[in-house]
Amino acid sequence: MSTAIDNIVNQPYKAGFHTDIETDSVGRGLNEDVIRTISSKKNEPEWLLEFRLKAYRHWLTMTEPKWPNVTYPKIDFQDIIYYSAPKPKATKKSMDEVDPELLETFEKLGIPMNERAALAGVAVDVVFDSVSVTTTFKEKLAEEGIIFCSFSEAVKDHPELIKKYLGSVVPYTDNFYSALNSAVFTDGSFCFIPKGVKCPMDLSTYFRINTQDSGQFERTLIVAEEGSQVCYLEGCTAPQFDTNQLHAAVVELVALDDADIKYSTVQNWYAGDENGVGGIFNFVTKRGLCKGKNSKISWTQVETGSAVTWKYPSCVLLGDNSIGEFYSVALTNNMQQADTGTKMFHIGKNTRSRIISKGISAGKSNNSYRGLVKVSPKADGARNYSQCDSMLIGDLCGANTFPYIEVGNKSATVEHEASTSKIGEEQLFYFLSRGIDSEEAVSMIINGFVRDVFMHLPMEFAVEATKLLGLKLEGSVG
Amino acid sequence: MIINNAETILSVQELNASIDDTQILNGFDITVKAGEIHAIMGPNGSGKSTFSKVVAGHPSYTVGGGTLEFQGKNLMDLEPDERAKLGIFLGFQYPVEVPGVTNGAFLRLAYNTVQKARGGEELDPLEFDDYIQSKLKLLDMDAEFLERSLNEGFSGGEKKRNEILQMAILEPKLAILDETDSGLDIDALRVVANGVNTLHGDNDAVVLVTHYQRLLNYIEPDFIHVVDGGRIIKTGDKSLAHELESRGYEWILEENKSSVS
Repeated sequence: MSTAIDNIVNQPYKAGFHTDIETDSVGRGLNEDVIRTISSKKNEPEWLLEFRLKAYRHWLTMTEPKWPNVTYPKIDFQDIIYYSAPKPKATKKSMDEVDPELLETFEKLGIPMNERAALAGVAVDVVFDSVSVTTTFKEKLAEEGIIFCSFSEAVKDHPELIKKYLGSVVPYTDNFYSALNSAVFTDGSFCFIPKGVKCPMDLSTYFRINTQDSGQFERTLIVAEEGSQVCYLEGCTAPQFDTNQLHAAVVELVALDDADIKYSTVQNWYAGDENGVGGIFNFVTKRGLCKGKNSKISWTQVETGSAVTWKYPSCVLLGDNSIGEFYSVALTNNMQQADTGTKMFHIGKNTRSRIISKGISAGKSNNSYRGLVKVSPKADGARNYSQCDSMLIGDLCGANTFPYIEVGNKSATVEHEASTSKIGEEQLFYFLSRGIDSEEAVSMIINGFVRDVFMHLPMEFAVEATKLLGLKLEGSVG
Repeated sequence: MIINNAETILSVQELNASIDDTQILNGFDITVKAGEIHAIMGPNGSGKSTFSKVVAGHPSYTVGGGTLEFQGKNLMDLEPDERAKLGIFLGFQYPVEVPGVTNGAFLRLAYNTVQKARGGEELDPLEFDDYIQSKLKLLDMDAEFLERSLNEGFSGGEKKRNEILQMAILEPKLAILDETDSGLDIDALRVVANGVNTLHGDNDAVVLVTHYQRLLNYIEPDFIHVVDGGRIIKTGDKSLAHELESRGYEWILEENKSSVS
């Protein structure tokens, strides 16, 4: 039976191809000149270059965080290519002019970029290595006053918004990787939903790292004005390389009074092979600010890829009655390591937060939940509920839960529940003895385990994520 | 009931099986024919539960020798799910809990998988819901059972009823019920026994594995086998059960020792 389980968990990585496209890269390494080059290649205004340089100078004074429960070889930050863009054949006016090889890549990945996008009703921004390639549905969204474009375009077309909100939730001083990102970020998505507008379709960004040894440092900024609503989806893949690639993104969300932002991620970066060679280092800072009263930010993440994941999508609940949610499924297999969770900062009165985390460990992987719930002295009536469940597949993997709870207000209610279970021989035998084969059994057990999280994903995404879990686990139970 | 010239459902000869290099079954022989109810009794650690798991194909046990045939078909190389599809059912002593998987979804998947293998018709959720109502009634179970996670938070009695419910929908040729009576109060025992009696017919066989005689007041066996040291040391009719009840196992074990020496 253990072979059956091995087969289920060990599916080949299907997004692991590399596309040969001429790229325009800067050389390896990082110094002020490289930052100036990136900035000038992007024709950036002076204030943005200043922002980058300040971040870089601050970064130089910082050291890498050592507290996560992960181990990996020391990263040589001078051996990374900080800017890599597909070489433009000419300025693109429509989809027809996008490099056909690039289109083919996205075709293989199943990304709807053209008419299929219309059918799917999803507006997509695609980021290839460092730059945004195309954004669909821009005009249709503009009719509603919604801005959805690449970060670079936003810098050109809406500098006042970028200037106002960039770094307002995650300052460059926040941590080592947010400082690095602020210095060298190359592109990403920007999304602005004006007052009272309910975004008529899901917005989606697709990230792909294609170049070996390049880092991807994207920046996403979403601003939802008073009473607006938006649902945002993010997907990620990378080709298979023997070397590790660094992905250090920063995502900032701002929700004003009564605004509602729902942010969903399916992360399937290349995880390395079964011996832990290659794979993405996914060191990401994501934070949402519930700035206004009654605002709500909801993170849903399905983390299945990357060699090492270090990621804590968080909510700062500043506005009274604001709500923060975090729903997470993190799956690790083979030699993968994940240290992921969330932080909920209760500052406003009657703020509420809810954390549902499901960790699945298989192979020799190590999966940690790390979460902070902090209630400030002024947060009267704050409430939190946390539930952290771990599932182990096999005997060689590990699961840890590190909950941090700091309560500074007596009227707060904080609840934490945790459980660990195991897909063992007895569970599988039970299914088998009813005629259900081991693959179906594992998939049913896993789907049952993640149900509370997947119900928060948009329908199509949930279907994808279910398939992905099946693929990632193919062959691993025993 | 014993039927002349009935089909042999299970034929086990000289079966040896071990777990982690410890031999548990040691020359186990039994023949079970259609229509019959057998009770396998014996002290703790005698190997009776192991026998049921080996027939169902539990991967922890290594079969060392002997024959194990189901309707004339060699079971040795078949996976547990293949055995289930053929019509072998094991009612568990300790059914596992599976959070998040609804009982209804699990039952339907099991039903459809087995139906498909036997060339029957698969049912969609609505059809299955209709189909299962009468089975629920048989076991005095509420439809609310189907919405709950598989065995999670079930009482001992609910778990055992759920096992018999599975037997009801999978319609096995051979049902081996491992300590189905343990942990049941008298009412639950009646319900479970009534379920088994209703489901059992001339074309299938039931093997009850039990430590106590109590269950046999409700399900009347045709044969009683006493197991010790990994093999059957005495076979009799139902009167043997009463003798065991009043005299315990010791006398048989003694009798067996003296006959061996």
